[in-house]
Amino acid sequence: MSVRTAAIQTVEPNWLIQKVREILVLVRRNLIHILREPMQLSDVTLQPILFTFLFIFVFGSGIPIPGGSYTDFALAGLLAMNLITSSNGTAVGLSTDLNTGLIDRLRSLPMWRPSILIARSITDLLSALVCTAIVVAAGLVVGWRPTTGVLSVAAGLGLALLFTYAICWTFGCVGLVARNIEAAMSIGFIVLFPMAFVSNAMVPTQGMPAWLRVIADWNPVSAVTAACRQLFGNPNPSALVQDWPMQHPVVAALLWSAALLAVCVPLAVYLFRRRTAD
Amino acid sequence: MPATAMIEAEGLVKRYGTTVALAGVDLSVPPGAILGVLGPNGAGKTTAIRILTTLSHPDEGRARVAGFDVASHPAEVRRRIGVAAQDTTLDELLTGRQNLVMIGQLSGLRRSEAQRRATDLLERLELSDAADRLTKGYSGGMRRRLDLAASMIMAPPVLFLDEPTTGLDPASRLGVWEVIRGMVGDGCTVLLTTQYLDEADHLADTIAVFDHGRVIASGTPQQLKSETGSARLEVTLSAPRPEAVLALRPLLEGEVHVSHDGRRLRAAVRNQDGLATAAVRALDRAGILVDDVQVHQPSLDDVFLALTGREAADDETAAEPEEATA
Repeated sequence: MSVRTAAIQTVEPNWLIQKVREILVLVRRNLIHILREPMQLSDVTLQPILFTFLFIFVFGSGIPIPGGSYTDFALAGLLAMNLITSSNGTAVGLSTDLNTGLIDRLRSLPMWRPSILIARSITDLLSALVCTAIVVAAGLVVGWRPTTGVLSVAAGLGLALLFTYAICWTFGCVGLVARNIEAAMSIGFIVLFPMAFVSNAMVPTQGMPAWLRVIADWNPVSAVTAACRQLFGNPNPSALVQDWPMQHPVVAALLWSAALLAVCVPLAVYLFRRRTAD
Repeated sequence: MPATAMIEAEGLVKRYGTTVALAGVDLSVPPGAILGVLGPNGAGKTTAIRILTTLSHPDEGRARVAGFDVASHPAEVRRRIGVAAQDTTLDELLTGRQNLVMIGQLSGLRRSEAQRRATDLLERLELSDAADRLTKGYSGGMRRRLDLAASMIMAPPVLFLDEPTTGLDPASRLGVWEVIRGMVGDGCTVLLTTQYLDEADHLADTIAVFDHGRVIASGTPQQLKSETGSARLEVTLSAPRPEAVLALRPLLEGEVHVSHDGRRLRAAVRNQDGLATAAVRALDRAGILVDDVQVHQPSLDDVFLALTGREAADDETAAEPEEATA
């Protein structure tokens, strides 16, 4: 019985095309996973809807926002909060892959190992896109209205997604350091919840104690939220805060994203190599 | 050691903390041959495979696979090997076919070519019916076969199979043997580990017996058997008769094992013509009735026992507890 029925034709494209193909194959694999276990997506589908209604109707009744409605104020915050909490999925996803035998199979293949990380980050960016669409739709239902043009709103959404992509790499590092899936999940939440809440996302920082207020105003989540509010033309009480990031939220959000990517991408590649060596 | 060997290892040493997994292993497999690596659990078989497949770095020694050094040219080695590890390395949430196509594509095949190869291999390994089911629901034997298929997706010149038939039913084992022989027929070189001695006996051209991280014996199955020498005589009496041992003594070489009920006797014997006849006559002269006489030529089990002082089967049951329930 002949197994080699015909000469095996491998593709001999240039280096870049080969990498792109690998990444697409792995993204496809990740998407099949999501389709098979759709509850994996609950943090970008059900959670945003739940948060939008909870925060707008519960907090909105008690928090006065100068110059506009709580709904208009809250949407950018909800967007940032939902997006960054969803990045825990990167940590959990990578940790899951590392703890199955599949990783040994992939390591024995003549493939470029960072493809695995890049494919994971692209998958999570796609689910962040779904999350964004759902937050925006839920916001429109409860009465959120941007007052700027389409381009400006799109720029705001794009900025939030860029930051999410950067934060995904950060949590990718968490997933690579954590010994198991449970550890990845709990480390993620311990970092993410303070990050999401000690910010201007759901309440103006002006009412916070002085020390907490400093942290909140320098929190990258606040920069992204303020930048979105500015680009959406929604009430932005942080504009009155004198700290540099709140005075230049768009630049600050871009700098934060660039800094996180510059540090976390090489770090993730290093951690991945270390984790999968020997 | 011929310079053209497809798998070549010299003085491989690997330590994990204070545990010495490999204590200086030399191997050489010529093109188109099958090397069977035998050994109890923890003998270093899997560690050797991990080093030869670039998954692990040796602390000392060198290894070349398909002409490339595993340490300095791992990418070249990976392009030329197929690996079926002991633990299954499948994606549980993909179907069998999706697993194979993904691995084919990640190895550099076009999607259409990967699909064609996947269909072909699924058929060969009798997985066509389950091809489009999630591997999560596969039995232990099906996983093993899919892993094998995955290792062959590129029709690599060198195959490493870590216990390829553990947990398979006898019919599937024969099927796997046939596929492995088919690969070798096409010029593939195979290193396989096994705890089934008959598997090594049937498949392997040469055998290396591992124990405590060393190769303690190597050669063809015939060489190993003749070195160990003696045959084995097994006699079943109609009723327990302790004097039977005395009657048989002139034929025997070593100690006699008597079963609990006193009816079965087992001992090493010098191989000679008419051995069974001689045994029956001796017992008959002593007035002992015999129900059954068997003379066993030395098997690899005996070789294994003689070399390691352990039964291979003891380790086998300990090695794969999960397969029993799968």
